[in-house]
Amino acid sequence: MDPAVTRPVFSFVLTVLSLVPSCGGELSPITVAPGEKEDVPLFTMNYARIQVPFEITLWVLLASFAKIGFNVNRRITTWLPESCLLISVGLIAGGVLFHVHEAPPAVLTSQAFFLYMLPPIVLESGYFFPTRPFFENVGTVLWFAVAGTLWSAVGTGLSLFAVCRVEAFGLRDVSLQENLLFASIVSAVDPVAVLNVFEDVSVNEQLYVAMFGEGLFNDAVTVALYQIFIYVAKMPVAEDLSLVVARFFLVGLGGMVPGVLFGLVAAFTTRFTSRVREIEPLVVFVYSYMACLVAELFSMSSIMAIVTCAIVMKSYVEENVSQRSCSSVRHMIKMFGSVSETLIFFFLGVVTVTTEHEWNWAYVLFTLLFAFLWRCLGVLFLTLIVNLFRVIPFTFKDQFGLAYGGLRGAVSFALASTLPHSIGCRKLFVTATIAIILVTVFLQGITIRPLIELIDIRRTSHNPDSINAEIHSRLMEHTVTGIEDLCGQWSHFWWKDKFLKFNNRFLRKVLIRDSRAESSIVALYKRLELQNTVEILNMVSGGISAAPSMVSLCEESRKLFLASDVKEIHDILSKNMYKTRQPMAAHTRKHALPSESRDKEILLRRHASIQRSLGPGSLRDSAVPISHKYSTLPARKSLHFKYFPAWERYADNRGTMSEMAFPFRCSSARARISLRRLNTPTPPSNGALDESSCETNKVERGTNSSSGRSHVPPQHHFNLVNNSRSADPYRSVHHGGEEGRPASPTEPRATH
Amino acid sequence: MGSRASTLLREEEIEEIKKETGFSHSQITRLYSRFTSLDKGENGTLSREDFQRIPELAINPLGDRIINAFFPESEDQVNFRGFMRTLAHFRPIEDNEKNKNPTAGEPLNSRTNKLLFAFRLYDLDRDDKISRDELLQVLRMMVGVNISDEQLGSIADRTIQEADTNGDNSISFNEFIKVLEKVDVEQKMSIRFLH
Repeated sequence: MDPAVTRPVFSFVLTVLSLVPSCGGELSPITVAPGEKEDVPLFTMNYARIQVPFEITLWVLLASFAKIGFNVNRRITTWLPESCLLISVGLIAGGVLFHVHEAPPAVLTSQAFFLYMLPPIVLESGYFFPTRPFFENVGTVLWFAVAGTLWSAVGTGLSLFAVCRVEAFGLRDVSLQENLLFASIVSAVDPVAVLNVFEDVSVNEQLYVAMFGEGLFNDAVTVALYQIFIYVAKMPVAEDLSLVVARFFLVGLGGMVPGVLFGLVAAFTTRFTSRVREIEPLVVFVYSYMACLVAELFSMSSIMAIVTCAIVMKSYVEENVSQRSCSSVRHMIKMFGSVSETLIFFFLGVVTVTTEHEWNWAYVLFTLLFAFLWRCLGVLFLTLIVNLFRVIPFTFKDQFGLAYGGLRGAVSFALASTLPHSIGCRKLFVTATIAIILVTVFLQGITIRPLIELIDIRRTSHNPDSINAEIHSRLMEHTVTGIEDLCGQWSHFWWKDKFLKFNNRFLRKVLIRDSRAESSIVALYKRLELQNTVEILNMVSGGISAAPSMVSLCEESRKLFLASDVKEIHDILSKNMYKTRQPMAAHTRKHALPSESRDKEILLRRHASIQRSLGPGSLRDSAVPISHKYSTLPARKSLHFKYFPAWERYADNRGTMSEMAFPFRCSSARARISLRRLNTPTPPSNGALDESSCETNKVERGTNSSSGRSHVPPQHHFNLVNNSRSADPYRSVHHGGEEGRPASPTEPRATH
Repeated sequence: MGSRASTLLREEEIEEIKKETGFSHSQITRLYSRFTSLDKGENGTLSREDFQRIPELAINPLGDRIINAFFPESEDQVNFRGFMRTLAHFRPIEDNEKNKNPTAGEPLNSRTNKLLFAFRLYDLDRDDKISRDELLQVLRMMVGVNISDEQLGSIADRTIQEADTNGDNSISFNEFIKVLEKVDVEQKMSIRFLH
C-alpha cells in the first residue's frame, strides 16, 4: 500500500493513542519478528520524528475547535467572554492531561512566549491601530499606561510587602524587591474581553481608545518593569534609582527605533515588488518580526518595536501592494493573532491544573484586594489630573468602566511563568498570578456587561416612540458624523500638518512606487468585482425605478396603518438603516475583518445619482421633478476629473477609512488608467467613446444626446469590457426592463 | 500653517465671525486652518470637489446632502464666512446662552435653527415641505438594499401620516418641529469643537 495514503490514517489513530500513557514516548518502528526472514517492513511508525510539530498542531486544532464551538451560538459569546470559555476548555484539557500524568508542552518558556506567542498578537494590535483617535488622546493614553501601571505596581508591591511583614502569614522571606516584581507582573491590564463588551455596547470613542491604548502600552511598561525588577531582585541592595529610571525609558522608547527603521525599509521594499506579488504579504511579516528580534537583541521592548513598525509601514505598504496582497495580509494577521491569543488562554487553563501550586490564602486574597483597590484609586486619581487637560472629561461612569475593566490576562501569566527559578517563592507567585487572572477574567469579565448596561455609559439612547423620531434621529446622527469628519482633527493640528507636509514631500516620493497601470488582467479583476456588486444591487432592486408607479401610489387613498404595522416598520428600520460610522469597528480585537459592503453600496449609489443627474431627461418622465441638486455636481459638466479625486484621496487619510475604501480606490484609479491601455480615445467626458465603442449594445442610446455626452468613465469601461471581452455577464442582468440607458450599471434604486 | 493663516484672516473678520457664529477666537483660527487645508485651489473658497475629497464624507450615506448644505442657492463656491455660518449650526448650546436677550436675534445654533438644518437636508427644492418623494429619496439613502420599494413606500407613507396634521400629504416645518419635540435635538446636532 502506498505509504502516503496510510500515514494520514495512522496519524488519526495516533491522536487517540497519544493520550494513552504508554504511547507518550517514542514508538520504535514496527518490524517483523526476529528469526524470520528480514523483509522490507510494510508499515513503519516513527512517532518520535513528528512528535513536536504534531503535538503543536494538535493543540492548535483543539483550540480552534473550541473556538468554533463557542461561536455556534451567538448568545453564549454575548454573555460569556471568549476568554472565559477558552480557559474553561483549557482547564478540562488540563484535567485530562493531569489524569494521565502527561506534561503539557513547554510552550510558556520565556523564549517561546516572547518570540513566538506574543508577536502575532502585538502585530495585530499594531496593524489595526486606531491612529487618529490615538493621537488625539495620546496624552491620556500614555498617562494611563505609564503612570497608571507604575502607580498600581508600586502601590500593590508596597502594600503586599507590608502584609508580608506580618508574622502570622508566614511570608517573611518575601523581600521588597520580590514583592515589587510580583506586583509589576500583576498590574498588567489586558482588557480584551472588556473591549469586546465595549464595542457591543458602543461606548464612546474616548473610553474605548483609552482602554485600548492602555492595554497595549502597559504591556510594554510591564515588561520593562519586569526586567528592571528581575535585575534588582537579584541584588541584595536597592539599585541606584536614577539608573533604573533611565533604563526604564530606554527600554520603552528604545524599542521604537528598530520599529521605525524596519518599517521604513519594508515600505521601501514594497516599492519594488510589483512583479513578485506573491511575496508581498511576506514583507509585512518578516520585517515586523525582524524588528521584534532586534529589539529583543538589545533587551528593549519588542512590543513597542512591533507596534511602531506596523504603524509606520502600513500606509505605505497598502498603497504599493496589490489589493489581493492587501487583503491577504490583513486576513493573515488576524488569523495569527487569533490563534496566538486562543492558545495562550487555553494554556492558561491547562497549566492551572498541571502545575504544582503553593497556595497561601493570605497572599492570594490580599493580592486580589490590593490589585483591585490600587487600580480603582489609580484611575480616580489619574483621571482627576488628566481631566484638567482634556476637553471631553471622563465622567464617573467612564472611570468605572476603566477601573472595572482592568482584567488581567496573557502577559501577566507569561511573565509569571518565565520567572527565573532563583526566586524563592516562584511557585507562590505563579499561583497568585493565576488566581488573580482567573478571578478577574471570570468575575469581572462576566459581570461587566450587565453592569455597563445598567449604568449606561454614554451611549446613544434607544426607544424612539415614533417612526419620525427614529428616522430623523438617524439622519441627524449621520449628519453630525459627516460634519465631524469634515472638520477633521483638532488637537496637535500643527504637528500633524507638519508631518503631512514632510510625508508628502519626502517620504512618499521615496517609499511609494508611482502607480502605473498594471496588467489589464488585474484591472479587469477589479472591474469585475465592481460589477458583481453592481449586479447585486440591480438584482435586488429589480430594475428601473418605478417612477410612474410611485406617482400613482401617491394618488391612492391613504392606507390605514395599524399598530402592528408600526412595530413592523420599526423592526425593518432598525435592521436595515445604516448605522453611523463606528470609528472603532476596524480596530477591534474581535478578529473580524472590516466589512466593505455597506460602503460599496453607498458609493455606488452616489455614482448612480451623479449619472442620473447628468442625464436627467432620459428616464424621468414628468411626474417626479428632478432636482439636480441632489447630486452635488452640476449637471452636464465633465465629471471625470472632478469625481475621481475623492476616490484617489482615500489613501491620504490614514486610519479607519483607508481600509474600507481601499477597494474603490484601487478599482477607480486602475480602471481609469486601463482605459488608456486599451487604446481607446481617452477623453471620456467628451463622449468620444459613446456610440462608436458601443456597437454591441442592442438598444439604441442615441435617444438622448446629453446622456451620451457626459458619461462617467467607469461606465465606459464597463462597455469596453463588454466589447473587448465580448463576454457579457453584465448585460444578462439588464433584460428588458430599461429604456434609454441599458449599459448604465447602477441605474435604478440608488438615490431615488 | 500658523503664520499663513493669520496673514490671510484679519482680526476684524475674526471678530465679525465671532459675533455672528459664537465661536471662540481659537476655534475660528483652527477652523480656518482646516478650511485652507481643504482648499486645494488656494483661492479662498471651497467648491464641491474640495468637500468630496474627504473620504469619510464619500461613504457617509448623506454625504452629498451634507455637502450641498454648505452651498447656498445655486452657488458653487463657499467662502470662509459661509463655511463658518453652516458649521455654527452645530455648536453646542451653552447654558449661558439660554438667557441671552432675545432682541439679539436667534443664534445660529438654536434648536429651531438646528431643526431647520435637518429639515433642509430633506427639502431640496426649498418649498418648505417635505414631500413624499423627498422623504423617499433620503430614506433610500439611509437604508440598505434589502428593503423593497413597496416596503419603503409604506414606511414613507406611515411617516408622513404620523407627522402630517393639515392633511396635505407632506411634512411642513412646523409639523417637523412638533414631531421631534421629545427628541434631544440640541445634543444630537452638536459637535464639540475643541479649543
